[in-house]
Amino acid sequence: MSGREVLTGRHFMNGDDACAEGAIAAGCRFFGGYPITPSTEVAERFSRRMPEIGGVYMQMEDELGSIAAVLGASAAGARAMTATSGPGLSLMMENLGLGVMLELPCVIIDIQRGSPSTGLPTMAGQSDLMQARWGSHGDYAIVAYAPSSPQEIFDLTIHAFNVADRYRVPVLILSDEVIGHMVERVVIPESQAIPRWERKRPPYPPEHYGQEGFKAFEPDASDLVPPIAHAGDGYRVHFTGLTHDPRGYPDMSAETHHELVTRLMEKIRRNAEDLILLETEYLDDADVVVISFGCTARSARRAVRDARAEGIRAGLLRLISIWPFPEQRIRDLAHEVKTFVVAEMNLGQIRLEVERCVGHPVRGVHHAGGAMIHPEPILEALRASAAQTAGRQK
Amino acid sequence: MYHEIRLSGFGGQGIGLAGYLLGKALSLYENLEAVMTQAYGPEARGGASSANVVVSENPIDYPFVQHPDILVAMSQEAYTKFRPLAGPEALVLTDADLVTPFDDDLVQAIPATRLAEGLGRRIVANVIMLGFFTQATGVVSREAMEKALTDTLRPKLVPLNLKAFATGYAYQPDIASAP
Amino acid sequence: MTEAIVVETHPLDRIMRSDRMPHIFCPGCGIGIAMRCYGQAILESGIPQDRHVVVSGIGCTGRVAGYVHLDSYHTTHGRAIPFATGIKLANPDLMVTVFSGDGDLAAIGGNHLIHAARRNIDLKVICVNNFNYGMTGGQCGPTTPTGARATTSPYGNPEQPFNLPYLLAASGANYVSRWTTLHVRQIKDEILKIFAKPGFCFIEVLSSCPVGFGKSNHIPDGLEEMRLYRERSVLARDIPLDRLNIDLREDKPIYVGNFVNRDIPAYAPPQLAGSAEA
Ligand SMILES: Cc1ncc(C[n+]2csc(CCOP(=O)(O)OP(=O)(O)O)c2C)c(N)n1
Ligand code: SF4
Ligand SMILES: [Mg+2]
Repeated sequence: MSGREVLTGRHFMNGDDACAEGAIAAGCRFFGGYPITPSTEVAERFSRRMPEIGGVYMQMEDELGSIAAVLGASAAGARAMTATSGPGLSLMMENLGLGVMLELPCVIIDIQRGSPSTGLPTMAGQSDLMQARWGSHGDYAIVAYAPSSPQEIFDLTIHAFNVADRYRVPVLILSDEVIGHMVERVVIPESQAIPRWERKRPPYPPEHYGQEGFKAFEPDASDLVPPIAHAGDGYRVHFTGLTHDPRGYPDMSAETHHELVTRLMEKIRRNAEDLILLETEYLDDADVVVISFGCTARSARRAVRDARAEGIRAGLLRLISIWPFPEQRIRDLAHEVKTFVVAEMNLGQIRLEVERCVGHPVRGVHHAGGAMIHPEPILEALRASAAQTAGRQK
Repeated sequence: MYHEIRLSGFGGQGIGLAGYLLGKALSLYENLEAVMTQAYGPEARGGASSANVVVSENPIDYPFVQHPDILVAMSQEAYTKFRPLAGPEALVLTDADLVTPFDDDLVQAIPATRLAEGLGRRIVANVIMLGFFTQATGVVSREAMEKALTDTLRPKLVPLNLKAFATGYAYQPDIASAP
Repeated sequence: MTEAIVVETHPLDRIMRSDRMPHIFCPGCGIGIAMRCYGQAILESGIPQDRHVVVSGIGCTGRVAGYVHLDSYHTTHGRAIPFATGIKLANPDLMVTVFSGDGDLAAIGGNHLIHAARRNIDLKVICVNNFNYGMTGGQCGPTTPTGARATTSPYGNPEQPFNLPYLLAASGANYVSRWTTLHVRQIKDEILKIFAKPGFCFIEVLSSCPVGFGKSNHIPDGLEEMRLYRERSVLARDIPLDRLNIDLREDKPIYVGNFVNRDIPAYAPPQLAGSAEA
């Protein structure tokens, strides 16, 4: 393996490796992690690559330490990430909240496996979605993407760093064992073609802020994101997980708390249009739409095409981003389409979200995990939905 | 064009590498889509090891091999385990010395391991098998496979492996080698 | 009748966030003393103030990060050391100090403590040991002596406490000392020493918590605890590490001093020659 930072070229690569290469191409120079199947290949790749390019691979003693070290590295200005799977994600939950509260950009890839508990360590799952969204205590908002191929892991890892930096928020990549381990073509562009969004930095040098000091948590009105000062920059900032005022100082008042937590939620909600990524197929004339993501979306695509071949007007809405949830988009779609099918490798996490948006129960194709859902049961659901729609029209 | 290919054998024969090389040749050096998957965990432990490649002219949605139409078996255990999953009309390639096929099964056999020993390195049996595969199936071109070997292996291993590939490619099997 | 003297300035103004005073520490609490020693050491260190970074966990001691005028990080309970590890490895030019309590560092964060010491990460750790969880109201913790009362050991603590210097020595730290809040000069000098010493350095500062440990164990105020420190502190010379246990309630010596001073190379992430930044 070469010491180049961006391995420009065509590769036959698994998703885990593509994640590490995406991160390195994005300028990630700190990885802190603890081995866990099926994400271990990410750590292994980093352990080989970081010493080649002047980055740091740090194997921590557990996932509590991994996420803390990643946040620390981010506070010092590094693009930093960790990789894990369900049990490790559970251990990271408290400090995911710290990342949200301190507004420290970072990337966490969760190669999901069959869960809960130790579950199916070597087999796929898609059931950490709600934990990612709600698992840390309190009200908060994060961003999460769900790639459907190794190429997309590569691309979304880069995007995740950009989003994390622009919005000062932890970004999760909710991948799964199928995508993490499958080997496919991954095309890595020239380094100049790798998009890079920089963190917003304080507009003036430290001296400018005088006696009062730089207000490290005073957001810009436009995007609700405060510029970030790093450890060693000279601004002498204070970061605390306690409720804090714009200066960053603890402020134990209900008003400040309400204002802060509301802003942290709002900065994601208000920028949702920028954060949401969707792929659609045949939506224009669709009678029934399958909503899916990650590895299951591959089967959903097959099922939709097969249904079309049978004369069923099926469409596909692939969620590339899971959080923030594309509520408005699905609400709008529900004006035109009456029938939805949600296909996911869990027992109904995203179906419940979809039902909340469309306002009525929808058909689900679910499996608790362990084996990727085959196109056939999705096609069956499409046939049943089509029959129902036809029945309704008669 | 659509094929589900399973390469199988026992641990240590380099089955995973063979699958990777084949997938890479198809995906990067032919104008095709290819996905390689391997069994992880409990299934992957124990005797039979396998690597699976789906290849198609179109994007591949479902990535797993379910009913291989091409099966390579380099051990008896792998043959016994995987042969029934492949269709009756599947193309089956075996290591002639290591696999005794079912009575009525028409296989194409090459003594890959013995030929590898002849080259001084038993470890290249997998690449000899790839050479044989290339010639026998026509799924992938010789050029693409040689490029995959050259681009993947450490430079000092390339000459031996190209030789192994050529040996397999040139081998003329006895069809229906069943006793 | 004495009159309060109000001074306009304090020698440590530059180091403290005076806009955050008054602090939250109770009367008679020892944390402020340890914090002052740290501030004085920063002042005398010759290292530019903007290169000093402090990281705390949660607890009364954890509040120190909020009072020093540095880039300062008040993190989560137990995670100060790994957070600081990330800062240090991402920017090795920084002098990163972890300032936290015995519960934070040795209970909930105990795993990070021993592993950071084992790796000999270049961190300076100041651990204020007040023998209990002060912040949450005086519960027993990993350093509470056997038999001592606490709000969660009403019949006396059934467990045996950590002997922190022994633990840190066994874990691989380069430098391990213990002092009490009576020993302000020694603490400051030791902090200066560890600023100059590579690798994982650990200073345990025994400290009063009159409202927590003190109240339940017949040490009614900070002054009384200082008196105990004065009467019973013994500079440990040739005392085996496993004999460094302390119990303020008994008429036993409180061993203080430097116990470990070695030069195992500090952790350095592997870098291949010719890599981008090596
Ligand atoms: C995960 C978690 N568990 C429990 C607590 C509650 N808590 C806050 S401080 C503290 C103990 C702190 O003790 P120590 O580190 O000794 O600091 P001291 O207050 O004695 O200085 C505890 C248990 C918490 N904040 N977070
Ligand atoms: S509770 Fe104890 S440790 Fe906390 S401030 Fe008061 S005296 Fe100090
Ligand atoms: Mg304490």
